[in-house]
Amino acid sequence: MNEIAAQILIGVGLAFDLFGCIGLVRLPDVYNRVQAATKCVTLGTCLILLGTAVYGVSAPMGIKAVLGAVFVLLTSPVAAHAIARGAYKSGVRLWEGSVMDRYGEEKHPSRPPDGRTEPAQAGEPLGAGRELR
Amino acid sequence: MTTFLLIGAVVLLLSAFLCLYRIGRGPTAPDRTVAIDILGTLIVGFCCIMALWTGQDFYMNIAIAWALLSFIGTIALAKYLEGRYYDE
Repeated sequence: MNEIAAQILIGVGLAFDLFGCIGLVRLPDVYNRVQAATKCVTLGTCLILLGTAVYGVSAPMGIKAVLGAVFVLLTSPVAAHAIARGAYKSGVRLWEGSVMDRYGEEKHPSRPPDGRTEPAQAGEPLGAGRELR
Repeated sequence: MTTFLLIGAVVLLLSAFLCLYRIGRGPTAPDRTVAIDILGTLIVGFCCIMALWTGQDFYMNIAIAWALLSFIGTIALAKYLEGRYYDE
């Protein structure tokens, strides 16, 4: 019973890991890549660790697995947030198909949104002038 | 269970090669930093697979230490990417 539950948990976790890494390769932008890869791989690795705890080889292994799962769940989003913030501040442009940039609008209200040459006109909807690809 | 763990190791290895593709190809430095962070998290999962395979629990110590060091390294790289805003 424990073995079946552990196999289900580890199998779902492995699928999430693989999908996250496919997203890391396929998506067009640093910000898209960081959200896809971090969400999928965090959940996948947490499920693998929980499956290790459920399988129950020994008590110390289970305790360390749960501890590692909590640690990964806490630290991985923080690291992804720091990377995205560092990427924005180091001047990495958004993908040209992106339709809004709330962080940039909040930080620099006078600067035109990314990918534009002239400031937005008053009353113009966000993302006008650029097309989704 | 051994066959299942072998399949799991192969899947994790494939994911690691996808990360290596992004590390080598990635057009900007933050791309490579993301891929390095993800590779560290994949190695934690691989340590779990190895712990179940061999039945020895010191692999879990490696997993926890690797998660800690990967987090610290990623934070350091992100602060380096931010550049001149160290006083925030």
